[in-house]
Amino acid sequence: MHTLLDALVVLLVFTNLRILGLSRINASIRTVAAQGVLLGLVAAIANAGHLSPRIILIAVVGIAVKGVAFPLMLFRALRAVKIRSEVEPFVGYIPSVLAGVAAFLISLAVAARLPLPVRPASDLLVPTALSTLFVGLFLIVSRKKALSQALGFLVFENGIYAFGVGIAYEAPTMIELGILLDVFVAVFVMGIIVFHIAREFDSIDTTRLAALKE
Amino acid sequence: MSPAGLVPAGGAVLLAPLFLGIIHRTKALFAGRSGPPFLQVYFDGIKLVRKGVVYSGTTSWVFRLAPIAAPASTLTALLLLPQGGFPALVSFPGDFVLFVFLLGTARFLTVLSALDTGSSFEGMGASREAAFSALAEPALLLCLAVAVRESGHLSLSGIVGGMTGAEWQRAGPALALTAVSLLAILLAENARIPVDDPNTHLELTMIHEVMVLDHGGPDLGLILLGQALKLWVMGALVVGMFLPGHTGSPWLDGSLFLAGMLGLAVVIGIVESTIARLKMTRVPQFLVGAGAFAVMALALVMR
Repeated sequence: MHTLLDALVVLLVFTNLRILGLSRINASIRTVAAQGVLLGLVAAIANAGHLSPRIILIAVVGIAVKGVAFPLMLFRALRAVKIRSEVEPFVGYIPSVLAGVAAFLISLAVAARLPLPVRPASDLLVPTALSTLFVGLFLIVSRKKALSQALGFLVFENGIYAFGVGIAYEAPTMIELGILLDVFVAVFVMGIIVFHIAREFDSIDTTRLAALKE
Repeated sequence: MSPAGLVPAGGAVLLAPLFLGIIHRTKALFAGRSGPPFLQVYFDGIKLVRKGVVYSGTTSWVFRLAPIAAPASTLTALLLLPQGGFPALVSFPGDFVLFVFLLGTARFLTVLSALDTGSSFEGMGASREAAFSALAEPALLLCLAVAVRESGHLSLSGIVGGMTGAEWQRAGPALALTAVSLLAILLAENARIPVDDPNTHLELTMIHEVMVLDHGGPDLGLILLGQALKLWVMGALVVGMFLPGHTGSPWLDGSLFLAGMLGLAVVIGIVESTIARLKMTRVPQFLVGAGAFAVMALALVMR
């Protein structure tokens, strides 16, 4: 059980690196969706000892929202804006992957010093959650296209969720917050579609938003 | 020194071309062809050995040295590696660094001989080989560092065969990451798809093949043997490191090892049949990814 959980958590880290190295947006969306499904499984397995309807609900809703709903919405937005790949991010793909590795190493160091109220099911869960947070933030600041930034935000949210599920049976408010944030992300995704409808730039390159100043 | 180490080394020299043959047959199977005979690589070798050699007037002794010294270097690396229950011929603490060094020497000599021809085409291949190996080599050393840390042995003899079921249970994810990374390095170092296509000659995107274009006859035969040996060495490292079962009986371990090598050849064949070659600009990314995996695995076991 422990090894299975560790394997899933390492797969989460792998999805982080994959998102950092991908230029194709549809592949990135699929990877984020896979990350959401993995998180749902982690939520269920990490709390297998205290499996209550609440935990199952968290896992199932997590998988449904992150693994199915978000990708569908994002793919729709993708079709609407007719872009296929992130061209020339602010930080290139190889440095991005290296930054992801650095984030993981820093997270390992930080997590070792982090005082937690309860011991999470896997020692790797907290560092992974922290590195997912870092990767999400990194994606938001290093990518130009609004859709990629939304993906970064989803990854960031996945990090918070991962942090929560590790100690889900102890901290219900944390989960409530996570779900609230999920709703917020959904609104955010809608916002992109709206942004597209209201586009005046023929592009969702956020660097062009500087032109708004005029 | 243990003379029993000569058995697997001799076996490897005999079986390495067959390993290539199995890969070719797997690929043929996927493409719906019947494919070359399993022994085709041996036939090619015999054909080449019976031919004469032509040396260009612009080449020097470096060009003649490489076809002998590069396979010899790979063969020496092979002597450091225990295979299938047989001990290595030579074993001392830290020999894994020598192992990587010897593989690097083989590559260095091949690169030098490519540059020695004065052909700009071969120079292109040489520069690519050097650039990509600069990324693959640290990753390989990192993978070995993970194995050193996890098995607690500083020599290849301890590393190979040091991974039993207990290690897999304790550090399964880290070992899996290392295995994936090593497999990626194996494909890159041996000029296999997705990094290089061993079947392409005279294409502007190739790496390894272009470096040996000017070699002919027995020289080329030796180079082909060296390539087959290198693939075998790295394959034996991967199989030996990650095969969890070690019974202690040489025959059982030996057949288990050979089965592992057979499986690896089929896996390489499947990878080559199902994955397209990467764009040249994506190759560094592929190798950095392999390195990233190794770093993460190291961080996990050092924790």
